Amino acid sequence: MTAMAHIAPAGGAAAPPPEPGRGNKLTPYFLLLPAGLALAVFFVLPILTLANTSLQSGGYQEGYDFTWQFSNYWTVWTDYWPQFIRSFGYAAVATILTILIAYPIAYMIAFKAGRWRSILLVLVIAPFFTSFLIRTLAWKTILADNGVVVGFLDNIGLLGLTDLVGLTSGSRILATPLAVILGLAYNFLPFMVLPLYASLEKQDISLLQASGDLYASAWQGFWKITWPLSLPGVVSGTLLTFIPAAGDYVNATFLGSTQEAMSGNVIDALFLRIRNYSSAAALSISLMVAIVLLVIYYVRRAGTEELV
Amino acid sequence: MTTTATRPAASSAEVSRPPKAGRWIKDHLVVFVGALGMLFLFLPIFVVIVFSFNKPVGAFNYTWNEFSFDAWTGVFNNPSLRDSVLLSFKIAALSTIAATLLGTVAAFGLVRHRFKGRGFANILIFVPMATPEVVVGSSLLVLFVNMRLPLGQTTIWIAHTMFCLSFVIVTVKARLIGLDPRLEQAAQDLYANRVQTFLEVTLPLILPGVVSAAMLSFSLSFDDFIITNFNSGSEVTFPMFVWGASKKTLPPQINVIGTAMLLIALLFVVIGRIVSARRAR
Repeated sequence: MTAMAHIAPAGGAAAPPPEPGRGNKLTPYFLLLPAGLALAVFFVLPILTLANTSLQSGGYQEGYDFTWQFSNYWTVWTDYWPQFIRSFGYAAVATILTILIAYPIAYMIAFKAGRWRSILLVLVIAPFFTSFLIRTLAWKTILADNGVVVGFLDNIGLLGLTDLVGLTSGSRILATPLAVILGLAYNFLPFMVLPLYASLEKQDISLLQASGDLYASAWQGFWKITWPLSLPGVVSGTLLTFIPAAGDYVNATFLGSTQEAMSGNVIDALFLRIRNYSSAAALSISLMVAIVLLVIYYVRRAGTEELV
Repeated sequence: MTTTATRPAASSAEVSRPPKAGRWIKDHLVVFVGALGMLFLFLPIFVVIVFSFNKPVGAFNYTWNEFSFDAWTGVFNNPSLRDSVLLSFKIAALSTIAATLLGTVAAFGLVRHRFKGRGFANILIFVPMATPEVVVGSSLLVLFVNMRLPLGQTTIWIAHTMFCLSFVIVTVKARLIGLDPRLEQAAQDLYANRVQTFLEVTLPLILPGVVSAAMLSFSLSFDDFIITNFNSGSEVTFPMFVWGASKKTLPPQINVIGTAMLLIALLFVVIGRIVSARRAR
């Protein structure tokens, strides 16, 4: 391959030879047509239909009419603001927790694992191969009220502490905000580890050695070199964790009670049980717009272009 | 790499430069905390595997009672569980085929050509991955209801193909970008025609990317709950079965399926490793 790289410029001469497959100007459009059409009809069109539905009035029985019914939005905000706030609060705390847990894992794999590196990487994605729902249900066993984990945390007084903050109540974890946050942090952890690993792995280790030679402590070396250079990984990990966490309702259903319901629970119930499509659509659109705005704000502040 | 680089320095200069000793502790602290993190990641997996050998009292498999192979020997005693697994396999296979075909072709268009609207196409592909599943699922439900398309296997297949598509495009794109176009030019210089070049040079080179994209979309589809929940009508996929079961009875057979999926996936990874090691030789 390297040999070819040396030969090619000589053979290719002045004008760069056309890349294979670049015949007609229309070729790329033909190649993209099927996928583009699929995304237009089954992603863009549904979102537009959802937006349209959110502004309709009427009911499931008598049918819906498009009437620019902006009051739908006001109604769902006043009715469901606690669930809405919870979605973002839980997702934010879970994301921070994920960074704290994922960073040492990614650091260990990138710098300390040696020949174990590829095995550890496979292990990080292995949880994906066991069903998401089953893994979440397993936490019900781990966090059981009379289980080892709860007993231990209660004995060392941690549950008393989280009770004070409102994360748990009494000596149980299940059916509390802590359980839901823990479930969210757990389920999206690999999404944080992988981008962090990718940004840590390509760092030049000699930068850190140079900082050591210049009498920077290990801490200073980390905060001034490793951490800033890993920020692109932190940003994409945050997006990959926060977005699905904010929309999730499996963790809230399995590990929480109605007191921990998130907007996903409400959207699910409004669409599938109550069948109030216009309200459900208004809440869906609100969730999406809120997430998009937050993401744009966050990416602007973080100042990275490594997105698409 | 670092450990070998810093360790001798630390032992020789331990007295004169305490920060190096501190770094040694920090190095191992990171490994310790990282290992704890891996433990956190694997704790539920252990529980899933161990509880597949449980013989639960009552309807729910949450507390340990007695070791037994019953769930393994009688995985498919429950016909609705069996049907749900079969349906999930069917949907996952069909959506993987559709998404991999459409996605691979699109990835070629995006990587090999410069054209007007390329940036827009990239955004169109990225946005579905950044949209929460509730929104994707509920918007498709509204579309299908408006189109008067009855909910069922077809709608699940359409939904799964749609959300797998972006992941396939991104994965194959990454592989194509790393592919040196001069290899294909060399083939054409040696009088291979377009079809020969594609079949004998391009395809073998991007195959690992296409295979991993296919595996990714299979596991995404097989495991999807939220989007499916909105578009399944009365059809029950495996995650839908688990969701329903979590409210009534939770048999250990569910854990058997989870464990088996993990083993099959790991087997694929090992096979993939062996194949790529052979190729590299």
